[in-house]
Amino acid sequence: MTRQVKAEIGVGLLVLLTLVSMVFIALKVSNFNAMQDRPSYQLEALFSNVGGLTVRAPVKVSGVTIGRVAEISIDPISYRAKVLMDIYNDYDDLPMDSSASILTSGLLGSQYVGIEIGGDEQVLADGGRFDYTQSALVLENLIGRLMVSLTEGGDK
Amino acid sequence: MWAWTLSSMTQTTAWLGRIALNFLQSLGKRAFFVWAVIPALPYSAWRIRLLMKQVYFAGVLSLPIILTAGLFVGMVLGLQGHHILTTYNSEEAVGTMTALSLIRELGPVVAALLFAGRAGSALTAEVGLMKSTEQLSALEMMAVDPMKFVIAPRILASIIALPMLAMIFIATGVLGGYVVAVGWLGVDDGAFWAQMSEQVDWQADVINGLIKAIVFGILIAIISLYEGYESVPTSEGVSRATTRSVVHASLVVLGVDFILTSLMFT
Repeated sequence: MTRQVKAEIGVGLLVLLTLVSMVFIALKVSNFNAMQDRPSYQLEALFSNVGGLTVRAPVKVSGVTIGRVAEISIDPISYRAKVLMDIYNDYDDLPMDSSASILTSGLLGSQYVGIEIGGDEQVLADGGRFDYTQSALVLENLIGRLMVSLTEGGDK
Repeated sequence: MWAWTLSSMTQTTAWLGRIALNFLQSLGKRAFFVWAVIPALPYSAWRIRLLMKQVYFAGVLSLPIILTAGLFVGMVLGLQGHHILTTYNSEEAVGTMTALSLIRELGPVVAALLFAGRAGSALTAEVGLMKSTEQLSALEMMAVDPMKFVIAPRILASIIALPMLAMIFIATGVLGGYVVAVGWLGVDDGAFWAQMSEQVDWQADVINGLIKAIVFGILIAIISLYEGYESVPTSEGVSRATTRSVVHASLVVLGVDFILTSLMFT
């Protein structure tokens, strides 16, 4: 085996290992799969507080991801947070009266939008809006409310 | 008394000035070196065989050290991460921690440090010895430009090899962390991968890590070949140049890493 051939085999091996590593990192380690946009339609919801919700956070029904948060902005009329969600086309039968809430996965986990399925016969179409929403829990508000109820309880 | 104070002050000032001038001069020399190399790079890209040989020396021969180091760094991360995260009852996050620290920092940086020690020093010594045995002058005598024939292929090979090695380092490291966390410490297999792929972003993390590796490849290549090319052509000069090449390259990698991190991950 000449030196040139040996070098070529070595470099081939290096390239092969790099490709395997890249594929491994793309598919197993990072969210490369989720990057490709699955065909989806858009729904929106108004929240008075989105907490730590970020773009690309999952939208879940019963813990199953059915879409991603596409955009978070302020609704110019009501000054509430407007969250646009891309919902995959496979799940195009969400009832009209479903409600959206911002939940936290685990005690310290990241936040996601959880959809509670309603009972309406009509379904939300592209551009539709969740009328019933529940904002993220803010610890300070919670403690504040707890303090109020505690002091009120003490007065009685 | 006055005269003595005055002369010592002048001497101190002169000493400071000398340091500043030397520093500027060495910067200027490096800039000229880079300036001379850039037009030679396209030629070397076409000489596939020459380039292949250098990629073999810089990249393939660094594989064993990269694989071993990656495996152990990943295993240590798994172990330490598990120890810390169990106190917060969230040991499933060990996969995320291992992958993020490898992709963002340790992969590119440790691979670059190892590369500077393994391949950078070899490049400096090789080119330095070529200079001291007057092979470079001989090439010039034969109207072969050593920039195109010797320096450029080596620089290009380093720039190609380091990102590849960094990717391999990251993949081995994650596997090492997996072996320790899941195989040994009993973290849940599914949670390990699921949390990891949820938290690691392809663009923000992997691509930025890759950019870091490319920048480090360019820096190490330029530093090690400059030291070799400009080394004092004696055995002592070559040995000093080799040491300087490794020290400078390592320090520059660490410093530039801080700058890149502050730009990329805000």
